[in-house]
Amino acid sequence: MQNVSRWYGNVVAVNDITMRLEPGVTGLLGPNGAGKTTVLHMMAGFLNPSKGTVTLDDKPTWRNPEVYRHLGLVNEREAVHGFLTAEEFVVANAKMHKLPDPKAAAARALDLVEMTEAKDRRIGTYSKGMRQRTRVAAALVHNPRVLLLDEPFNGMDPRQRMHMMTLLHSLGERGHTILFSSHILEEVEQVSGTVQVIVAGRLAASGDYREIRRLMTNRPHVFAVQSSDDRRLAVALIAEKSVSGVEIDATGLTVRASDYGSFTRALPRIALGEGIRLRKLLPSDESLESVFSYLLEA
Amino acid sequence: MSTVAYITTRGLFGRRRALLLLPLPLLLVGLALLCRSYDVPATDWGTPVLVGLGLAVVLPVISLIVGTGVLGSEVDDGTLVHILTKPMPRRDIILAKLGVAIVVSAVTCAVPLFIAGALAGSAKLGVGLAVGAAVGACAYSAFFLLLSLVTRRPVLLGLVYILVWEGLLGRFVSGTRVLSIEQYVITFADRISSSDLLVARVSLPVAVVLSVLITVGCTVAAVDRLRSFSMAGETS
Repeated sequence: MQNVSRWYGNVVAVNDITMRLEPGVTGLLGPNGAGKTTVLHMMAGFLNPSKGTVTLDDKPTWRNPEVYRHLGLVNEREAVHGFLTAEEFVVANAKMHKLPDPKAAAARALDLVEMTEAKDRRIGTYSKGMRQRTRVAAALVHNPRVLLLDEPFNGMDPRQRMHMMTLLHSLGERGHTILFSSHILEEVEQVSGTVQVIVAGRLAASGDYREIRRLMTNRPHVFAVQSSDDRRLAVALIAEKSVSGVEIDATGLTVRASDYGSFTRALPRIALGEGIRLRKLLPSDESLESVFSYLLEA
Repeated sequence: MSTVAYITTRGLFGRRRALLLLPLPLLLVGLALLCRSYDVPATDWGTPVLVGLGLAVVLPVISLIVGTGVLGSEVDDGTLVHILTKPMPRRDIILAKLGVAIVVSAVTCAVPLFIAGALAGSAKLGVGLAVGAAVGACAYSAFFLLLSLVTRRPVLLGLVYILVWEGLLGRFVSGTRVLSIEQYVITFADRISSSDLLVARVSLPVAVVLSVLITVGCTVAAVDRLRSFSMAGETS
């Protein structure tokens, strides 16, 4: 996506976003109403950007059905032809892709999403999670290089969710480019380290969220530290320039450092100098949740 | 049969909406049978039943149900996206869906119109009505298919066209008959059957040219419209 904006009348849904997706799994993260679905629809060729260009292999996705040879889409709306069985549905998708052996391709895709056993039942009788997996099978039947998924874990039970996460992981590792949107941080954190964060129609951050956190130098980094003598270590640490605060409680120390690199280099030196043994050092605000809340506040 | 046509046909007959196709043709044949069995002269019931019910109501309403059903219901429930995310020319999708709409509408209307025409006059009248219905099904289907892509209320707009434009204005404002598919159908049926029960108000060349123009024009417009099919974000 290159300088892409999309507006509806006076309302700007997406504002000047530039984004490039590489092979692997990327999470498209943002609160409800941030513009995630609009971005996905523009990428999938179902929405014309008001400004800018959206391309796949340098070809525009808008008004270009040829892109679907390499692109699969699972949109949020869980509409499926309920009068067909899962097998009929996925075989029909394979035929529309003009695959040489539609039945074999459909069997492979259904097996990937663990729907082989239920493939002969009408989709109308499926649970929400089963319908979702059937749609994923249909989107994967032609083995696309790029797969876009809008809120793919909606309606899935924990086991199905885990299976879908493993599937996305393995597709990413095999070189597929996977982009999935979600507003649930735990989902994104478990599936992907790379995120594109959209807030109010703008791209707020892009890349590995742990890297993003380290670049936020205006916010102190928080570490949980345990040692053989927490109180003495606290006294020594407060004299260190990169440390902006230390709290002590029963579980150990909570250290706020203004500079990630300086602190992590200084801590072993200080501990060694004081003869204190370090038992635990954990960055406690590098979770996606912390990064996301910092971005929302910014 | 193409996969798109297969899914469209299964979808059309898999919905309750398909049941709406039955009552009108049955009513048409039932009325004709009733009049015939009571030996009512065809000059008394032929025109109101064949034209007033058959060509003015049964054919356009059946074409409306089917024409908006083959694409409009997939647009409404979102299943169309499974067909659109394929590397197929949009022309092929429209032609497959239009083909299904024309065949289903033509068969559903031509058979009862043939039976009713044969009961009212002769087999020739039945053939004239059936051919007229088949040609009318082409124009109506293309028109209603396009409506389902340009508006969110294709059935309502289609009914306005049938009831207000063809039904009301067509009776009282002679100029509107030139743009009335119903009048073209009457002209075709009249020319083939030469029956006194049918009165053509539009010349044959006008009926032929405008039927082709409406069918081709609406199909081309529908293909172009489908190329630019947009999905609105539901969560954003």
